[in-house]
Amino acid sequence: MIFAFDIIILVFLVVAALISLNVKDLLSASMIYGIYGFLICLLWAEMGAVDVAFTEASVGAGVSTVLFVATVFNTRRKSSD
Amino acid sequence: MLSKVFATIAVAITGSILLYGVSDFPAFGDPNSPANAGVTGSESVSVYCITESYKETKEPKLVTSVLADYRGYDTMFETVVIYAAGMAIFAILRVLGNKAEEDAIRSHESSFTNGDHSRIIVGTTVRIVVPVIQLFALYVVAHGHHSPVGGFQGGVILGASFIIIALAENLNAALRRFSEQNYIRLASIGILVYAAFGVAAQFYGKNFLDYGVLQPLLFTDGPEMARSHSMLGVEIGVAFTVTAIMFAIYANLSSRGQLSKGL
Repeated sequence: MIFAFDIIILVFLVVAALISLNVKDLLSASMIYGIYGFLICLLWAEMGAVDVAFTEASVGAGVSTVLFVATVFNTRRKSSD
Repeated sequence: MLSKVFATIAVAITGSILLYGVSDFPAFGDPNSPANAGVTGSESVSVYCITESYKETKEPKLVTSVLADYRGYDTMFETVVIYAAGMAIFAILRVLGNKAEEDAIRSHESSFTNGDHSRIIVGTTVRIVVPVIQLFALYVVAHGHHSPVGGFQGGVILGASFIIIALAENLNAALRRFSEQNYIRLASIGILVYAAFGVAAQFYGKNFLDYGVLQPLLFTDGPEMARSHSMLGVEIGVAFTVTAIMFAIYANLSSRGQLSKGL
């Protein structure tokens, strides 16, 4: 566990989470959520949990982002709140 | 606006309580924590797995032996949960009985680069990349014993290779390669493969998913290797189900259950 690396990833993680919650365009929100998933994957790989990291990279950052995009295309792109 | 303020306060209070709870945990990787060393008088599960799992299962990777053998029930019903999720999405979204669109899937002869010139680069790239992705997925499933990850992740990658075809051209192109009938069949077969390993052990007079007794069935040297091979079989079953369900969810979500055109 490298402390400085942890801090950098965690800061980016919080920033990505806040942006994906606040952005109006739902397509960009789901892409930023993909970035969030990939950052968590990096964090887990760095902590030595390679299995979990691989799952997060394939499911969290890969397929679920695609599913979000597929859903956004069937609704309106703008968030109302 | 006021509701947002209250929500922020609620989140802050819950978060600080959670962080306060975390401060009581043992340090990261502490070998003397109760989870790692056990409490006095009873040995911990992790010590047992670390010292005994290779002797009992001839499995160089601890994660697989815990996931597919010691916690076999868990993994089986996780697979069932994924199957149920896919079937629920199918039941909610799928619009059945549209004959004209089903015929359109079969009749429409096309390649990745057909017609639309703006798709030449994407189509050609995908045509080159998809076999590599699928080979990697099969490697991930088959090599789950000795390197990280296994059936779940390999299945997701294999399902994603069909999704990428649907994204690059359209859903019909992907459905010609992996039709609705086939993915529902494959999802069910995956769970049946897993359950078959459990029931086979019952025929030899042991508990459900007790792989050691499958030794005469798998022609292995001892019960340890039988457990190792059974884990591979079980992972293949998991990969079948996950592949099919991932593609099923995408196909139904992207086309509103019509299973034509897609995005």
